[in-house]
Amino acid sequence: MAKTHVTMRVNGAEVEGLVEPRTLLVHFIRENLQMTGTHIGCDTTHCGACTVDLNGMSVKSCTVLAVQAEGAEISTIEGMANADGTLSALQEGFRMMHGLQCGFCTPGMIVRAHRLLQENTSPTEEEIRFGIAGNLCRCTGYQNIVRAIQYAAAKINGVEFQEAAE
Amino acid sequence: MIPGQFQYYRPATTAEAIGLMAKLGDDARPLAGGHSLIPMMKLRLATPEHLVDLHGIASLKGIRREGDRIVIGAMTTQHDLLASDEIAKMLPILHETSLLIADPQVRYMGTIGGNVANGDPGNDMPALMMTLGATYHLEGQGGVRQVPAAEFYQGAYFTALEPGEILTAIAVPTPAANHGYAYEKLKRKIGDYATAAAAVVLTMSGGKVATCSIGLTNLSETALLADEAAKAVIGTSLDDASLKRAAAAAEAIMSPAGDGRGSPEYRKYVGGIMVIRALQHAAARAK
Ligand SMILES: Cc1cc2nc3c(=O)[nH]c(=O)nc-3n(C[C@H](O)[C@H](O)[C@H](O)COP(=O)(O)OP(=O)(O)OC[C@H]3O[C@@H](n4cnc5c(N)ncnc54)[C@H](O)[C@@H]3O)c2cc1C
Ligand code: FES
Ligand code: FES
Repeated sequence: MAKTHVTMRVNGAEVEGLVEPRTLLVHFIRENLQMTGTHIGCDTTHCGACTVDLNGMSVKSCTVLAVQAEGAEISTIEGMANADGTLSALQEGFRMMHGLQCGFCTPGMIVRAHRLLQENTSPTEEEIRFGIAGNLCRCTGYQNIVRAIQYAAAKINGVEFQEAAE
Repeated sequence: MIPGQFQYYRPATTAEAIGLMAKLGDDARPLAGGHSLIPMMKLRLATPEHLVDLHGIASLKGIRREGDRIVIGAMTTQHDLLASDEIAKMLPILHETSLLIADPQVRYMGTIGGNVANGDPGNDMPALMMTLGATYHLEGQGGVRQVPAAEFYQGAYFTALEPGEILTAIAVPTPAANHGYAYEKLKRKIGDYATAAAAVVLTMSGGKVATCSIGLTNLSETALLADEAAKAVIGTSLDDASLKRAAAAAEAIMSPAGDGRGSPEYRKYVGGIMVIRALQHAAARAK
């Protein structure tokens, strides 16, 4: 099958490659670009481990063809840290609030939460839970993931993180 | 899992897409958000040789008022529908239903055109479009056709779309300003297809139901309009006896498959309950 030339921007850098039309975006990112932070969990559009940010949308990259991302602006977990290399508010939140155990879902969670906080800078707990409904975690029970996102929202808004009373 | 091999095309205009579909023949399929098609291709349940990506066609996107109708471009995503103030105001049931579809990631990609053209009885938009009396605009080399949603669905994955045709837009008559509405969907978990769901749009007058239409999702090979159930409540105040008659009339036309979501008997039973809840909820919202 003839290969197609694709060009896109990934974490701010121009990248290109030759792919078959059937190549999935997640494979292009992991194999062609050798960026393995984006995980493949279910491969069936359910778990969200493969979530990347594509033109301002959170998408499951196991269900997007690389050719569909031609010309797109993409961010992956590798692009989430601050420009100076320090942890972003979200990364810090996951660290401080123990938002991960095995860590398999974490790249997708952080990339998704990044977009959620772009669209809604002060989400309620319910909005956070609804907003990450496309990301499954088998370890944490979500409680600490929600706290991690609340921590990040507070930090971004310049207020002190306060846990809601039980 | 990756799909089988195919050739990929990205036309810039509807005319170009239709030309390609005609030239490539039966083995070509339009690609919209890909969130039904790509999973099916991974499982080899679909094996198209050519994919015509509609993403680059700007005229297929967007929401506009045309007289007393709202016309929605086929490539408008579920996320776009949720972001639209016009939809929230004029077609609140479409907003409500979009929120009950899948999860945020899927809603960014999945389009209304793909949802209604897919022909999967589990999709939520077909029953809603039938309930709202929507019309689909289909375009092929033979010209443009307008097919009512209620006449579009012929069987699971069989629709009135002819080979080579593309669905370009959906026209929805604006419901009366005082209408009540509800989409009640029973699902096992967030992001799941319906075990059973019912759409209701009605108007009330003097405490009685004046007009009513009811649609059903995932309770047969296709979405259904429950006309007899709607008739059973017109002129009533939705008292218990009328609600029970409506549920029974709706259950009479259901023939759900038995699957992981439940046995046919269970799904019919909860289908009736969805009808009752949707009627009550819609009546409470009617002005
Ligand atoms: C995890 C998950 C959960 C989901 N849950 C739900 C749910 O609860 N309810 C629900 O309704 N849906 C659900 N979906 C399906 C989702 O909403 C799909 O996005 C939608 O059904 C199809 O839209 P699409 O734009 O992705 O179409 P595609 O997958 O691109 O296309 C679907 C089919 O329609 C055809 N087609 C697409 N556009 C056109 C057009 N303009 N003209 C002619 N033919 C066309 C294609 O050729 C293909 O055969 C779910 C999907 C996933 C992955
Ligand atoms: S790997 Fe893509 S959703 Fe699970
Ligand atoms: S931390 Fe293990 S899956 Fe989420």
